[in-house]
Amino acid sequence: MILKKDSVVTLAHGGGGTLTQQLIEEIFVPAFKNSYLTPLNDSALLGLNSSRIAYTTDSFTVDPVFFPGGDIGYLSVCGTVNDLAVSGAEPRFLSVGMIIEEGLKFSELEKIVKSIKKAADEAGVVIVTGDTKVVEKGKGDKIFINTSGIGEFTKDLTLIPSNIKPGDKIIVNGEIGYHGMAVITARESFGFSNVINSDVAPLNRIIKKVVESGARIKVMRDATRGGVATVLNEIAGSAGFTIEIEEERIPVAEIVRGACELLGFDPLYVANEGIVVLFVDSADAEDVIRIMRKEKYGEKSRVIGTVTDRSEGIVVEHTSIGSTRVLDLLTGEMLPRIC
Amino acid sequence: MKYIDEFRKLGPALSIVKSIEKKAGNQQMTFMEVCGTHTMAIARSGIRQMLPENINLISGPGCPVCVTPNSTIDYSIELARRDNVIITTFGDMMRVPGSYSSLAKERAKKSNIKIVTSTIDALEIARQNPHKKVVFIGVGFETTAPTIAASILIAEKENIKNYFVLSAHKVMPPPMDVLSRGDIPLNGYICPGHVSAIIGSKSYDFLPEKYGIACVVAGFEPLDILKSIDMLADQVARSNPSVETEYKRVVTPEGNIHAKAVMNKVFEEDDSEWRGIGVIPKSGLKIRSNYKMFDAEEKFSVDLPPVKEAEGCLCGEVLQGKVIPTDCPLFGSVCNPSEPVGPCMVSTEGTCAAYYKYLRSER
Repeated sequence: MILKKDSVVTLAHGGGGTLTQQLIEEIFVPAFKNSYLTPLNDSALLGLNSSRIAYTTDSFTVDPVFFPGGDIGYLSVCGTVNDLAVSGAEPRFLSVGMIIEEGLKFSELEKIVKSIKKAADEAGVVIVTGDTKVVEKGKGDKIFINTSGIGEFTKDLTLIPSNIKPGDKIIVNGEIGYHGMAVITARESFGFSNVINSDVAPLNRIIKKVVESGARIKVMRDATRGGVATVLNEIAGSAGFTIEIEEERIPVAEIVRGACELLGFDPLYVANEGIVVLFVDSADAEDVIRIMRKEKYGEKSRVIGTVTDRSEGIVVEHTSIGSTRVLDLLTGEMLPRIC
Repeated sequence: MKYIDEFRKLGPALSIVKSIEKKAGNQQMTFMEVCGTHTMAIARSGIRQMLPENINLISGPGCPVCVTPNSTIDYSIELARRDNVIITTFGDMMRVPGSYSSLAKERAKKSNIKIVTSTIDALEIARQNPHKKVVFIGVGFETTAPTIAASILIAEKENIKNYFVLSAHKVMPPPMDVLSRGDIPLNGYICPGHVSAIIGSKSYDFLPEKYGIACVVAGFEPLDILKSIDMLADQVARSNPSVETEYKRVVTPEGNIHAKAVMNKVFEEDDSEWRGIGVIPKSGLKIRSNYKMFDAEEKFSVDLPPVKEAEGCLCGEVLQGKVIPTDCPLFGSVCNPSEPVGPCMVSTEGTCAAYYKYLRSER
């Protein structure tokens, strides 16, 4: 081992020479050893069974890099895996591009790389190619990561908002608001006695179970920045139907609700990294819930609302005191750099 | 008791609404709230829809950011443009338009403006940047003023020489006095919750005594607000105005004596300009002369360009309850949360923002 654990990444490690080689061989290859990546060619050569593929990319700038329940590495894989999964595709291959600020400790980089591997293994995807750059101190913020992913369709699905019809049910797989609150409470020194953990998780396996059941899924989205309310607004706006949800039915953990109330946030607008919102045919809703509750990350699945036949593309919430309110789109940044 | 759950129950809500209907009868009653958090809580919970038609809820000058005049924002911006100055501010002030610019626009040019969640952070920035002058923009009512005062006392104790406060604080009962003599016939006030936690409910005694206006100090949950309206309707129906407290779990008649002492040690009352209303005597807080080394206005002399108000903006009238946001010709079209013309649209406690977010689509 040539790289010392307490030493740091320097500009030279991004230069393309022997130090870059060292970085790749001592940190990246051991973690990502596989037949696609190990040849270390300029491109990974891949084969797919289906001719219909899904492709997505996402960049991660989360601050802090290590947060309760996860880190930027684990997050960067789950984010892209989930984007592929909600389109109905099975995620297969990922690329990982890193922009490292000079001064990042090798021990931290190794931890992040191990998290990437852990997430990839859990999701059953392969990291097939990557890139690393190093920038001067002050020109980055520890580390930024971009991942892009390829998935393939094993079923003929086109999941888009225009599929939805009045009567369709809206389902979430669990309690909302964990990720955003985990990051904000870790970042600021609020002195909460309880730690809120991020819900970051790869959802492709649970989604695959629902897809394979034959249930009529209309559209799915992962509710990241802007939360469930933002996803619902986007879909209502695209589809041109009013969506109604019930405040009482929305699953929120006590600890998240408490933190939200204290800080003035609405859990419906807080970012998640392990929540999928599904629109399904009403006749299939019960079955879908049953299937999801048997799976990891789906134990607390719930129907939270319905698509109405009113043609205004807004989201309306029935509150617990019997009134209704419109859930509008957020303007401005509620919480910066949470994913 | 689980306060969030218990104060949001359907059953009690409906029975309080029935009680309000009975007490109000056919009498037209207008109640004003003067607390930005109440503005938002009322809009968010959809309470207006549940009340009988003869109860009219209006918003007053309860949003501290909204009542801050353009001159304060312009002054903060001029300071931000100076070398070696770091501006620290609550996030709410960032996007409020001044005469020519906003702190958010300035931050995009020069990164010396920092959002803080409390003066604890501002003091830390001062400690870590001894060669810079750190100015905290002190906007708020009595809820925040004691913590700002405490920060000055800490700075004094630690001999921090580069920490300054721009005191734009305002205090609450005085505008209620002005509005009670104004054009709008008010039957009662929903009195602020957290301001009252500091100043005490006795501070409103003059309102029923001098003007015969009912007062109830209200909490922020839907049931708190409904119950307070019920109590107000009761006072008005029986022509028996007084000051009552619904928010008993937090508010006492005397308030928080320690917080008041800290506030009064550092600040003294001064005349202050309120957007839309004008100068109200003894309605603001000025840093006392023995703490003037922390007073930004003492330290920095600034040549302000002429103060301009945005054309067509009706924030001033909205703040006095004379118009509702949807009456403003700019509302929703030219003025919206992404491109606000006036502070009432951009502040998280602004009346126009509350209407835009929750009441725009109400039929």
